[in-house]
Amino acid sequence: MSPLLEVRDLRVEFPTRRGVLTALDGVSFSIAPGEVLGVVGESGAGKSMTGAAIIGLLEPPGRIAGGQILLNGKRIDNLRYDQMRRIRGREIGAIFQDPLTTLNPLYTVGDQLVETIQTHLGLDVAEARKRAVGWLEMVGIPAAAQRIDSYPHEFSGGMRQRVVIALALCAEPKLIVADEPTTALDVSIQAQVIALLKGLARDKGTSMMLVTHDMGVIAETADRVAVMYAGRIAEIGPVREVVKHPKHPYSAGLMASIPPLDRRVDHLAQIDGAMPRLSAIPRGCAFNPRCPEVFARCLVERPALLATGATEAACWLYDPVSEKHAPEAMRHG
Amino acid sequence: MLAFIISRILQALPVMVVVALISFAMFAYVGDPVAIMLGQDFTEAQRQALVASLGLDRPFFVQFAKFIWNAMHGEFGLSYRLSRPVAELIQERAPATLELAFCAALVSLCAGVPMGVYTGLYRNSWLSRFFLTFSLIGVSLPTFLIGILLILVFSVWLGWLPSFGRGDTVQIGWWSTGLLTASGLKALVLPSVTLGLFQLTLIMRLVRAEMLEVLRTDYIKFAKARGLANRAINFGHALKNTLVPVITVAGLQLGGIIAFAIVTETVFQWPGMGLLFIQSVNSADIPVMAAYLMLIALVFVTINLVVDLLYYAVDPRLRVGNAKRGH
Repeated sequence: MSPLLEVRDLRVEFPTRRGVLTALDGVSFSIAPGEVLGVVGESGAGKSMTGAAIIGLLEPPGRIAGGQILLNGKRIDNLRYDQMRRIRGREIGAIFQDPLTTLNPLYTVGDQLVETIQTHLGLDVAEARKRAVGWLEMVGIPAAAQRIDSYPHEFSGGMRQRVVIALALCAEPKLIVADEPTTALDVSIQAQVIALLKGLARDKGTSMMLVTHDMGVIAETADRVAVMYAGRIAEIGPVREVVKHPKHPYSAGLMASIPPLDRRVDHLAQIDGAMPRLSAIPRGCAFNPRCPEVFARCLVERPALLATGATEAACWLYDPVSEKHAPEAMRHG
Repeated sequence: MLAFIISRILQALPVMVVVALISFAMFAYVGDPVAIMLGQDFTEAQRQALVASLGLDRPFFVQFAKFIWNAMHGEFGLSYRLSRPVAELIQERAPATLELAFCAALVSLCAGVPMGVYTGLYRNSWLSRFFLTFSLIGVSLPTFLIGILLILVFSVWLGWLPSFGRGDTVQIGWWSTGLLTASGLKALVLPSVTLGLFQLTLIMRLVRAEMLEVLRTDYIKFAKARGLANRAINFGHALKNTLVPVITVAGLQLGGIIAFAIVTETVFQWPGMGLLFIQSVNSADIPVMAAYLMLIALVFVTINLVVDLLYYAVDPRLRVGNAKRGH
């Protein structure tokens, strides 16, 4: 099946006074129709940036400096603002992190829904309103027909995120970019919202790019997962494989740092060091200063995504040309 | 809603009482009204009679209560200078000042808000830079200088507009209006621009700052992500969210325009309350000054109430009481 979304070698730059910062470097992945791709990584790894680039809403002065983004085989990264506007909401829906600030406080949720539906589907007010009530019911707002005239502040956080989901879905886009949709919510609400999102995506056949740093959410929701580090994809593959048998040393460290619930541990595992700043990304593999398996080649040459069996990892360990024993040599030398 | 209005009015009462006290105190501490009214030549019996007729021999609180009582009936006594009832003088002058203030406010809002939106949206365009430079001039030049410059250009050099006075007015009841005659409207232009220019630049800069703030918010980003048209985002979603602070400042500024039209009225010899006030100050005409003070306080209190009601209309979060929170 041809992919719904294809990102090829995406590069995002921020020109600053002290030089150009590269926030995303050579990011490539695709999402099939109906598929949920999870994107994980530390803060600043470029997860949200990737989402923003796809919906064409990078914060200035950020700009796409290279690569392509294709939706249904058509490039969307070079569209004019007004052409892209017709795609946003209609083809690609977006959900943001904080439902308390995502809704305009001065309009009723009904106004905001009707406005979105009318913009994209060209229905009259009565019909748009009928659909709006339908969407509120679908996202589980009780007494939707009455609550439609409520203002955002009259809803709780979880309910507001449901409204945001309704807003993102109401023009029936084929792809949803969900940027940390549960991070700002109470833990007890998170599961409900994720279940709702997952259920709606399945029912409507909507693809989803789910950005989060919550591995639990990914494991439960995603079909495939991409692990990002310093603006690059470190590993990408089926969620089970990446979680159970991570190949890239960074993904391995990330998975090991999830505290186990079934036994007591004295020390939580952690990856030493911190992710490099964008202005100081090391030569070669960006992870090399922190990598326990680092060897000579990692310091000079940047690895591309290499097949490791079930997943692909950007790591020289999986290049048959690399010296297998090099890591040992480095460590003892 | 009604309870809200009543509570605001109750809050305003102490303000009015304090202002009344200050106005009243002027009679006691700024000069001796009896001496002023009697002039050079008088007998002790005449003085006693006047003191008694003015009620000045009675205790302070009785005098103050009488002052309030009269003020509530619109009676502020006789002007020392013109020997006419103060209420009548103010009634004569108020329409001129109110029309001038209204036009100045209209000028400042109708130009200031769109200019603020424009400079907020297109921060780096040359027109925005021009507006900002221009607004700096508006803020920094004193009103009288702007007035004189406008007179020089439009009255003296070009001869398009009159340099002083209200032009022809039409009497509607006790209200004399200059809005219905061509010469009245022409006469309004220069003073309104002079008086409104400072507010215009202030409102423009405020709207710009608020727009920049609002355009960064998540709900604007989300509105863009929903693919709404620019027009809907900029004017529906963004501008409406800038309105609360703009209403506050514009409201207070309107009070300021009415109260401090003095300079503009002097420059243009505008027959309004400001001119009346400055003439009264020159001749220590205390009843007029006291009444003016009370009137301006009333204007500010009223405007504040209107501003509060406008908040209520703009921002649903303030309409508490009927809001039921979800779970």
